[in-house]
Order: sequence, then C-alpha cells, then structure tokens
Amino acid sequence: MDTDKKTDWTRKDLLGLAELSKEEIELVLDTADSFKEISLRPIKKVPTLRGKTIVLFFVEPSTRTRTSFELAAKRLSADTVSISADTSSMIKGESLKDTAKNIEAMKIDVIVMRHSSSGAPHLLAKAVEASVVNAGDGCHEHPTQALLDLFTIKEKKGKISGLKVSIIGDILHSRVARSNIWGLTKLGAEVTVCGPPTLIPPGMEKFPVKVTYDIKEAIKGADVLNILRIQLERQKSNFFPSLREYAINFGIDRDKLKLAKPDVLIMHPGPINRGVEIFPEVADGPYSVILEQVTNGIAVRMAVLYLVSQERE
Amino acid sequence: MKEVILIKGGYIVDPGNGREGVFDILVEKGKIVKIEKNIKDEGHKLIDAGGKFILPGLVDMHCHLREPGREDEETLLSGSLAGIKGGVTTLCCMPNTEPAIDNQGVVEFIYLENRKIKLIDIYPVGAITKKREGKELAEIGELKKAGVIALSDDGNSVMDSEVMRRAMEYSKMFDLLVISHCEDTNLSRGGLMNEGYRASFLGLKGIPPEAETIMVARDIKLAKLTKAKLHIAHLSCKESVELIRQAKREGIKVTCETCPHYFSLTEESVLDYNTNCKVNPPLRTEEDKEAIKEGLKDGTIDVIATDHAPHADFEKDVEFSQASFGIIGLETALGIALKELVETKTINLSQLVEKMSFLPSKILGLDKGKLSVGENADLIILDLNKSWKVEKEKIVSKSKNSPFLNWTLPGVVEYVILGEKLLLDNGRLNHFE
Repeated sequence: MDTDKKTDWTRKDLLGLAELSKEEIELVLDTADSFKEISLRPIKKVPTLRGKTIVLFFVEPSTRTRTSFELAAKRLSADTVSISADTSSMIKGESLKDTAKNIEAMKIDVIVMRHSSSGAPHLLAKAVEASVVNAGDGCHEHPTQALLDLFTIKEKKGKISGLKVSIIGDILHSRVARSNIWGLTKLGAEVTVCGPPTLIPPGMEKFPVKVTYDIKEAIKGADVLNILRIQLERQKSNFFPSLREYAINFGIDRDKLKLAKPDVLIMHPGPINRGVEIFPEVADGPYSVILEQVTNGIAVRMAVLYLVSQERE
Repeated sequence: MKEVILIKGGYIVDPGNGREGVFDILVEKGKIVKIEKNIKDEGHKLIDAGGKFILPGLVDMHCHLREPGREDEETLLSGSLAGIKGGVTTLCCMPNTEPAIDNQGVVEFIYLENRKIKLIDIYPVGAITKKREGKELAEIGELKKAGVIALSDDGNSVMDSEVMRRAMEYSKMFDLLVISHCEDTNLSRGGLMNEGYRASFLGLKGIPPEAETIMVARDIKLAKLTKAKLHIAHLSCKESVELIRQAKREGIKVTCETCPHYFSLTEESVLDYNTNCKVNPPLRTEEDKEAIKEGLKDGTIDVIATDHAPHADFEKDVEFSQASFGIIGLETALGIALKELVETKTINLSQLVEKMSFLPSKILGLDKGKLSVGENADLIILDLNKSWKVEKEKIVSKSKNSPFLNWTLPGVVEYVILGEKLLLDNGRLNHFE
C-alpha cells in the first residue's frame, strides 16, 4: 500500500464529494486500488483496523450498501455493530442527535450513516467526535457510490479525464447523480444529465453539466452510461405519466445503445428495474459492469474507512 | 416609577406627527405633557437622552407567542420581555396557538393574562377559519367583540378561494383587517427552502416563489372584488413586491409587510443545513432581497414585522427536513433593520419608524406610533452610537432559534416607557433582571 499518501487525508468525516478536492478523491481511489486485492485472497482479512469499532447506522433501509460497508469493515478487522431505524430508540421518538450521542458514549470510532433526510450526516458529524461516513442522505449525496463508480470507470477505461459520461433517469431525487456529478467533473469528465424535465432539479444549469431531455443526444458518443433507478412511487406523484411511457422514452435497450461508443460502459447503482430504466439485454449484456461496481464497492469502502480512521490517530 | 420623568435633549423621530429634532419630553402620570426645547428640570426623574434618539414604541403586527399551548417555547410574559429588549411596546400575536385563537374564550384569556403581566400591549389576531383549517369561517363577530385586532390563519394559507372571499366580505362588517399568509400549499408541499440551485445542491425540496406570488395575486383580486382591507404577510420575493406595487397603483386596498430576514439573508445562509435559516416563506435569492429593499424604499412595503416564531431547541436541533419552520425576531428586528436598511441608506430612520411603528398602528387602527402631547407615553430611547452582539445566552425569548447569532448589530435600546411603566431603564429590564 502507498502509505505516503495517508497524511494527505485530513478530514474527520466523509460527507460528500462536493467538498472534496480532486486530490482527495484520487487518494481514495488509489487507496482502494491497494485494498482491492485483499478481497481476492483466500483469507480476506488484514489487521489494519483491528480494535476499531464501526457502527452501521442505517435509518433508511439498504441491503447492498450496508453489506458492502460491513464486509469492508470486517476485512479490515474492525468490529461492527448494525443499527437500523426500526430497531433503534428513534422509533420511540428519540432524536437523531440523542441516539448518536448515546452510541458515541459507547466509545466507537466511525459511524456509517444512511438517512432519508438530506443533511442528516452533517448534523451527526457536528454532534459527535467519531468519524461520520455518509452512506446516502436523502436526495443529497452518496459519496461512496460515486467513488466506486469512479473507481470502476478508471479501472475499465484507464482514465476519467476527457470521458463523456451520461447520467440518465431521475436526477431530481438521486443522491448518486449529485455525488457522481461532483466526482466526475472534478476528475475532468464531461457530464451530461438526461431525464424528463420533471426529474431534472431546478437550477441544474448552474451545475457543471450539460442537460438534455433527448435520450439519443445523451447516448450519442458516450463512453459511460450511468443509468439511475426509477422509483416506482414517482409515477404516482405525476413526475411522468406511466412506467410504460418512461420505458419507451428513457429505458435503455439494445437499439438506443447503438448510438453509444462501441466500448461504452453500462453502469447502474442498483437495484435495477428491468424493463423500465434498463432492459435485460443491456443490464446483462457485454457492456454492463453493474456487478463489478458492487465488487469494487467493498474496496472503495475499505479505503474510506481506513482513511477516516487514520485521521483520528 | 417616579410620576414625572423628564427626558432631556433627545433627537425625536416622529414621522406620524412630522416632528424631528432635539426636544425635551415631560411625562407625567404616564402621559406626555410637554414636548419642547429646554424644559426646566424641577427634580424629576431625569433621563439624559443627549446624542440619542427618541422614537415611538415599535409596533410588531405579526408575531407568534405560544401561549396558550406551547408555553415551553414562549409565553405572553417572555414574549413581552423579548419585545421590550427590542423596543417593541405593542405586539399582535397570531392565532396559531393550541387551541387556536378562533373563539372568544382564547381572546379573553390572552387579555386577562396580559392584564396580570402588565408590561406591553398585546393584541390577539383572531383566526379566519375554525381551527385555522381553511374550511369554515370562525365566529368573526364574536372574535371582534372579544377584542381581536385583525384576522389571519397565519401559518396556514386559506387555500379555498371561496372561503377567502367570504372571509374578506364578512370582515368588512366589523372593519377587520384580513392578514393573508400567501402560500399555494400544492406548490410548496414538502418544500424546505427556496427552489433553485442551492436547494438542488443540498438535495432539499424547494419552494418556488410562485407558491407565494400566485396567492398574492389571488388575494389582490379578491380584495378588488370585495373591497375589503387586505394585508399581506411576510413578503419574501421580487414578484410579490411587483404585484403589490401594481395593485396599489390601481387603488386596491392592500398593504403588506416583510420581515428582517428577507432583506438581510438569502438562501445561501442555508448552507450546511442550518435549521435556524429554515423559515416559511423561505429565504430567497439576492435578487429577491434587493427587490424587498427596493419595495421598502419606494413605499410598496408598508411594514416591517418580526414574524417572531419561537421554537424549542429540540425542534430545531434535528434533521433539516424534520425541523420546524420559523425564527425569532423580537430582539433583533430593529438592529437588523438599522444595519441593513438605515446604515446602507436604503431608507432613513424616520422611514424606519414609519414602517416599524406608525404604519402598523395606522393599518391596524390603533392610536399609537406617535409622540403626542396629551397622549400616553409610548416611546423608546435608542443609542445609535452603541452596538451589541447577538449572544444566545443573552436572548430573553424562551427560544433561541435565531439565524443572527453572533451578528453585531447597531443601536442599543436603552429606555422603554409605556404609560406609567418604565419598562427598560438604562438597558435593564425593570424588575426582571
């Protein structure tokens, strides 16, 4: 591992990519690169975080992110405790801050938090001395997802700078989209976002991206398509008339894909709705790196847990 | 207090009477008996106001005291003390209490309690509709009889245009002002801050200015239709100012107010999810802020009210989406207005007094906001050579939810006199500190 770089990380927390510098993002990716190999060993464990306690505080349900963080922590020999909303005192009306203070009183080192409210990890980070890692907050950011996306793109394409990346779908509600926008553009990619106007956030023109409602324009010449999940309840809120109409206009199928570069990468943060935002032949096709994203998630999260823990020493 | 007070050498700013200059004021048994130059001192209680300003007591026509119902957040007493600190001698409390001020009993309770407190004048605003639900008219005649000074469902918008129309028509019979909280709740639903780049950056659902302007436009139309007296509360955005400017040009009976946070802060203050900047309507853009200032300058906006909305720490120290809307303002309104409007020469001190004292009195039909011989003394003495820092520990209000913490504000209110009461004496709350 490139231990020289660890001193570059000075943050207690990882709350989002908007506030990270290009160098900090690259440091995480480089660190993840060194960690990836651990998961390929027969005994997938190193003592790096032995003696550290990491709390996985998931106020909003999650399977892959929680499991990914848990495996990442365990592969670094940290002790982990999982708390979810329905098993915490928050269900009895305890405030987030009080719950967090109580957890911290048990002398833990890192809290990994998923929450349906944007900014909840920021509140937590100010309230506790432990490091806080944002595992997705409302419609704000999902930094480790974006970092694993960046890692996967870099692994496959060898670079990020200069690539054309299109993020397609529900940009309005997507924390993945926001983190990706900051991460990709800081590393020099050219980002286009595409979806129906109802799902593009107001003020998007001030983000460093190109906006289009034309799916063909978004796909044409793209090196990477990052396809977002359409949350089925959005249809009931009149963001679009029907799933069928969405699938026809924005669902990525084989035909639409022909417009992309021949070596296009198909990415999706999951879980996927087959036949809505992505068709099976694309999700399971040769350009898809969806499962590799999941694998890389562990390496990236190991890197993040390692870096925020290092800062504490 | 001594029965006779002589205030020496203060600079009077009294736009209601068109008086400005250095005068002495003699107050006897709570009444102003003389306003002259060089009144002879005959051993009265003397207040040296040399180099200071004497203004009529401020009239806050829009604030929230939480009594009855949420006395942990504010009471008539704590709200009065906060008001005194801020130079406010008259305040109108909005009806979103629990129970709401939608019946005679609650109005009488407020008057009764305030008679026990005996500090400043408090006038309840009655609800337009029962429980402020926007469905059925409250017993407006009974409310008037009990002493409400105006009608409003503030905190809630009367979404049903028919109900609003009837309220405006019916209120004419009692010469009651209807104060409208303009918000199209279908457009604002789930919103947490101003809609735009900053909200999208933070991942928070936005409230577009149109949620306000659509209802401002509607209520102007209804005021034209009904010829009722309409007052629009807490203007936050550029287009609302323009709509009212136009309505006034057309001679429609509409007045309006804004609050200090709309001409001093923008949506940028919400950075870092500061819940003390979560307010409804939300803090808008720089352009809106400048338009509000322009509206104050050209007289489109008549009144500066506080919209003092106290909330306990546990309601603000939570996730942004869970936090209550509202910020306190009684203690800081004058200072913010001096800093953002007078120091920047947007308006002068006399215009400020108009908007914070004389015009709200006039709009509400109160005989206040002036310094007149033969009338009750209702005045404050302000030292503009001093400044003060807004410190959480020193806030008198029970709640501390201010976005202005640690701001340094110009102007210290040193004396507050209301009738026979010297409520603030050389910066000290009499009998309470």
